[in-house]
Amino acid sequence: MGLFLLKRTLTLIGTLIGASVIVFLVLEILPGNAAQMLMGPDASPDAVAALATKLGLDQPAWTRYWHWIGGLLTGNLGDSYAYGSPVLELILERLALTVPLAVLAMTLTTVLALIVGVTAAARHNKMGDVGLMGMTQVGIAIPNFWFAILLILLFSVKLQWFSAGGFDGWGEGVLGGVKSLLLPALSLAVVQAAILARITRSAVLEVMREDFVRTARAKGVSQRAVLWLHVLRNAMIPVITVMGMQFSELLAGTIVIENVFYLPGLGRLIFQAISNRDLVVVRNCVMLLAALVVIVNFVVDVLYAVIDPRIKASDI
Amino acid sequence: MSTLAVPSAAALKVPGFWRRALQHRSFVIGGVLALLLLMAALVSFVWTPWSPYDMDMANKMQAPSAAHWLGTDAFGRDVASLLLVGARASILVGVIAVGIGLVAGTALGLLAAARRGWVEEAIMRFADFSLAFPAILSAIMMTAVFGAGIVNAIVAIGIYNIPTFARITRASANAIWSREYIAAARACGKGSFSITMQHVLPNISAVLIVQITIRFAIAILAEAALSYLGLGTQPPQPSWGRMLSEAQTLMFQQPLLAVFPGMAIALAVLGLNLLGDGLRDLLDPRLARAR
Repeated sequence: MGLFLLKRTLTLIGTLIGASVIVFLVLEILPGNAAQMLMGPDASPDAVAALATKLGLDQPAWTRYWHWIGGLLTGNLGDSYAYGSPVLELILERLALTVPLAVLAMTLTTVLALIVGVTAAARHNKMGDVGLMGMTQVGIAIPNFWFAILLILLFSVKLQWFSAGGFDGWGEGVLGGVKSLLLPALSLAVVQAAILARITRSAVLEVMREDFVRTARAKGVSQRAVLWLHVLRNAMIPVITVMGMQFSELLAGTIVIENVFYLPGLGRLIFQAISNRDLVVVRNCVMLLAALVVIVNFVVDVLYAVIDPRIKASDI
Repeated sequence: MSTLAVPSAAALKVPGFWRRALQHRSFVIGGVLALLLLMAALVSFVWTPWSPYDMDMANKMQAPSAAHWLGTDAFGRDVASLLLVGARASILVGVIAVGIGLVAGTALGLLAAARRGWVEEAIMRFADFSLAFPAILSAIMMTAVFGAGIVNAIVAIGIYNIPTFARITRASANAIWSREYIAAARACGKGSFSITMQHVLPNISAVLIVQITIRFAIAILAEAALSYLGLGTQPPQPSWGRMLSEAQTLMFQQPLLAVFPGMAIALAVLGLNLLGDGLRDLLDPRLARAR
């Protein structure tokens, strides 16, 4: 386990460095003169040169890279060109919405997927199974932002139970905040839950063929207890693998969904930063999201080893 | 060494394949939906009920009628015509973005499997870095640098496809390289390149065909999302994603405008996914029996 952790941690660090190099190359080197880009084609050369010096663009690329990485490690991400405030402050403020949104969406995904997946497996090849799997097939095909619009049409326009967008903050209490995030989280969760439910069903069916399941049933354990206590635990490896991959899809999905519901989260910050040509904010936000994806995959790998001790360093 | 079962695309030529295919429910439904998508795009080049570019403010936001089957939008444009022409953007993005991923990803995967050692390690680590950037994130980086537009969206989605194809190709190709007929080909003096082209590539083509349908569906979803955000197809070219973003501002006046484009995207994606499922079952009977 120790060797596994060490090897996996080294891979994590290597991947993070690789991702940071890609972000730096694309957002710092490819644009050429970022100062010109920020000021537009009509800016005077003197003004562009002054801004380039202020942004440190007159230094060699590798110096700028190390400066950025040093800043990332110490929490000094620079100032936003458009907002004039520190990028770290902006990001932390927006994460207060995006993190709860992603966690709520992942929780809904997991609950929905496990219920649908296990229920379908218990009714293998019967009407219930076919119906549920048909629904998941449709769920996978639905674009999350369209589903979000349909939810707004039903719950905001027609029934008027929820507001069509916006977020009042956590100041009004947890319940109010959660209520604002429920429809966005549901839009993110349904598509992911459809995928996860299919994986859960396959994994549960696989485990149900094992001898220990027959033994448990022979001992008199009820079908429901066998399914939820014995089978599900053993079927979790593929389910957790997919959950890890889904979390990155979910984070990317927040960029779109926050725009559908006009939520002031990280996704909307990136989107606004692009409109403002605020590359410092785009670079740090993209790096943060990429790092979250890589770290979640790392946690999933470590979780495998905890759930299934047979997994060793040589397997990665 | 991977023990991946790699079905052969030669199955497509086996007598009886099409007879079995036509009895496969997913394949038939998916095939029909995918064909409808293609037909919509092709028909739009020669005929649309109305011009998708002509505005008619006197008849804006009309409900569906005999004149306008699916109604009109906020500028009086015919929704059915917009949907037909919008199919072109989806297919264009799908074909080119999947093409980029297929060509570059398959080449890298085949190279990794043929050379092994540090080449394989380097390619796979590169794939790991790239997987840290979901399609929408790489599209955002591209847009931040080069501006919004369909070309940048296609390139971003294409780049996102490369590591996926590379990983799948490498895993499947490794399984082929361990077969005895490869050892026989080597013994005959064949080099890595000719073995790859004559033996490995034809034998992994079925896996790639299935993956193409799945990635095509994902590309359509990604294009729709980017166009919805204003980062993909630009006006006046119709796009299903942008139709939805325009419809969202008119939800209180004409909710139906937000229904049809989403339905078109969902049906196209559903069709391609079902087609992929069907092809997987038909090209890999071993897997079909296990399901």
